[in-house]
Amino acid sequence: METILFYVFSTFMVVSALMVITVNNPVRAAFFLVLTFFAAAAIWLLLEAEFLAVILIIVYVGAVMVLFLFVVMMLDVNLAELKAGFVKNLPIAVAVALMMFGIIYFVVGGNQFDIHNFVPPERHGADYSNISELGKVLYTEYVFAFEIAAVILLVGIIAAISLTLRRRPNTRHQKVEEQVAVKGEDRLRVIKLEPQERK
Amino acid sequence: MLTLTHFLVLGAIVFSISLAGVFINRKNIIILLMCVELMLLAVNTNFIAFSHFLNDTAGQVFVFFILTVAAAEAAIGLAILVVLFRNKRTINVEELDTLKG
Repeated sequence: METILFYVFSTFMVVSALMVITVNNPVRAAFFLVLTFFAAAAIWLLLEAEFLAVILIIVYVGAVMVLFLFVVMMLDVNLAELKAGFVKNLPIAVAVALMMFGIIYFVVGGNQFDIHNFVPPERHGADYSNISELGKVLYTEYVFAFEIAAVILLVGIIAAISLTLRRRPNTRHQKVEEQVAVKGEDRLRVIKLEPQERK
Repeated sequence: MLTLTHFLVLGAIVFSISLAGVFINRKNIIILLMCVELMLLAVNTNFIAFSHFLNDTAGQVFVFFILTVAAAEAAIGLAILVVLFRNKRTINVEELDTLKG
């Protein structure tokens, strides 16, 4: 059963990853990337990493991919021009990918990672909580790294905002502080007027 | 029966696909960023597979931090992309030659 699920989801993952790199439209590529992330989350569930599988869907599909889609839709890109070198680069891309896969397979494909050297662990029972196990080490052993991760996210926020912030000095906008600080004599001037004779 | 080799080979396949994607989409920065995300996903799958088969949660903690850094990296990368497009009206890598690299 698990083997069937593994093959189904890994087929999904590989096919949608192939679609990500080959489709013309960046919006479609983003949606296929979402599909890849869903398949990867299912694979992670098979490996009993429930918390990370959920985080992958919430953070990646929910936040990062939406960000990608926003940027793709905001930019007005010329697709034909960007696709120009596709056919020319295809042979070298396939060659490099096959070479890379060959090298990795040379390491992982042998029998050093097979069932005898790495025995599949027993499945945990229903009372096992992946989140509490992860939290126990995250908040004790890795608490310093955890704080640094928070700082990295803060840096990410500040960098992204300050990069894209655009000041436009010649636009007309309300100055709230001046509006609040205004006094009666700024708006209304009482002048003395001599009575005038009607001609 | 699922062995560690299954998951490692899956990670290798996805990593190779995203490497090919970097080559065939050399001009489009958005797809390049997506390929980087795919590479990180392949590496994370390897981490989680080892974590499961070695019965050690440290691998999952690593993946947690990789996800954090990758999210920050994607946000900053896309912000740079938006600023680049605003200034040069293009995201074609070949036209971004101001530094004469």
